Amino acid sequence: MNINLLLFYVLAFTAVGSAILIVSMKNLVRSLFLFFVTLFAVAGLYVFALADFVAVTQVIVYVGGVLVLMLFAFMLSNKVLLNDLQSGFKGVFSIPSWQAGMVSLALFTVLLTVVWQVATNQPQWITDAKEKQLLIQHHDNTIHHLGINLMTRFILPFEVVSIFLMMALMGAAHLARKEKRLQ
Amino acid sequence: MISLSHFLIVSALLFSTGMYAVLAKKNAILVLVGIELMINAAVLNLVAFGRYDGTFYGGQTFALFAIVLAAAAVAVALAIILNVYKHYKSINPDDINDLKD
Repeated sequence: MNINLLLFYVLAFTAVGSAILIVSMKNLVRSLFLFFVTLFAVAGLYVFALADFVAVTQVIVYVGGVLVLMLFAFMLSNKVLLNDLQSGFKGVFSIPSWQAGMVSLALFTVLLTVVWQVATNQPQWITDAKEKQLLIQHHDNTIHHLGINLMTRFILPFEVVSIFLMMALMGAAHLARKEKRLQ
Repeated sequence: MISLSHFLIVSALLFSTGMYAVLAKKNAILVLVGIELMINAAVLNLVAFGRYDGTFYGGQTFALFAIVLAAAAVAVALAIILNVYKHYKSINPDDINDLKD
């Protein structure tokens, strides 16, 4: 087996396995720290899809920002938030809620059929790109192309997203503010 | 070169795991983690398809946008969760059942 594929399988197994552990752990803090592992593994998968800049952004934004924000949010807040409703069952794994399991299994089968359809008859634009050799290659300078495209072809979504981000962060700061005491 | 369906199957697994977390978890922060897992699965799909767009890099660009939107969503959602906790003294989604205070 080729080493590339082997590494891909290791990363994919890490990502999916830790995701499944996250949803089956009883302890909130443990599952949040396991979320680190999932995010790192998914960043590794992005590298295998030749999207190194997206992988670096994932590590910076998610692991550096979002996850630390989540940890802060419940470590700074009240202690009751930390006790993850631990009444009754004591153990590593919680009793699964079978309705939710059924729904997500059904969703998984739907997604698998879609994957199967894509694999059997590929979309036209993919076969075109393969014929004309328009794929992203290993030696391409991804960041260079991404920067040029962000500033030319995708300038409108870029501006919209930046304004949206500013609005969302201002709204979050406003929501999380301590209310002034009335009276 | 790893084939497209490998990525798609991994992202389908991640997406349905996130779906399970959103449906089954009794803690709003874990529901948020489930949403993040689903967003990550979607970004993985974007990136995997984006490999076939070597001229405009559309997939990777929109993957970056999706990551930015996810960060904004987390910030707002955590603020909302803190407010909900202040109001209801609980972050179990089952307990939050009235619209006005």
